[in-house]
Amino acid sequence: MSLRSPLGAALGHGTAGEGVGHWWSQRISALALVPLMLWLLISLLRLSLADYAAVSIWMASGWNPVLLVLTVLVACWHSLLGVQVVIEDYVHAPALKIASLLVSSGAHVLLAAGGSYAILRVALRSAT
Amino acid sequence: MSQRPLSPHLQIYHFGHTMALSIAHRIAGLWLAAGICALVYWLISLADGEAAYERATALLSAWYFRVLLFSWLAGFCYHLVNGLRHLVWDAGFGLEKLQARRSAVLVVVVALAAFLIVAWLFCTLQRGTP
Repeated sequence: MSLRSPLGAALGHGTAGEGVGHWWSQRISALALVPLMLWLLISLLRLSLADYAAVSIWMASGWNPVLLVLTVLVACWHSLLGVQVVIEDYVHAPALKIASLLVSSGAHVLLAAGGSYAILRVALRSAT
Repeated sequence: MSQRPLSPHLQIYHFGHTMALSIAHRIAGLWLAAGICALVYWLISLADGEAAYERATALLSAWYFRVLLFSWLAGFCYHLVNGLRHLVWDAGFGLEKLQARRSAVLVVVVALAAFLIVAWLFCTLQRGTP
């Protein structure tokens, strides 16, 4: 006989055993991406994208590098969560499922780190 | 534990346009994940210097990459507008059948309009791009 109360056994466990944290993260990252992606889209439209110097200066000025790093990080986070749900829904073989989840998570973390590092390189290069 | 409720399987639903939109939301989301790869490639090329950036610009300006870019733009417009619809649902509004069907039409119209406007702006403003 277990001494844990039924409530104690159930708290924090959804059907995936991880509670509602995932669900909330997906919604909040979605909400954050609305202004961030609109800002990025408008900024890119206003830039002369073929002009290396102009794009570099834009990426180094003011809050642009900060917002851009945030956009890349939140987009990768939101994408990781979304792809995870799709894998969990459609890939059922346990080994393949875990392998797909690991590859997806690794790729997203790599994109987040690579993108942020590239932005910082551009921002710090032009600042000096 | 084996008595836990299951969510209904996909096959039992009658296929309607709201269902098509729901599937399209996932497909667009997956496609946008590939779009992040292109964005990061572009950022890294900028960090790697002028020569690398010019190579990336040439690649991104090729017709087949333009097709990809516009498909990502279309996917983004749809995923954004339909995502807002999902957030409204999550807040507990618009879940009645008729409301969901109406908002589905609204989403398609707004997303298509947004795509056409941004695509037109891109073509007009970036005309100097090689």
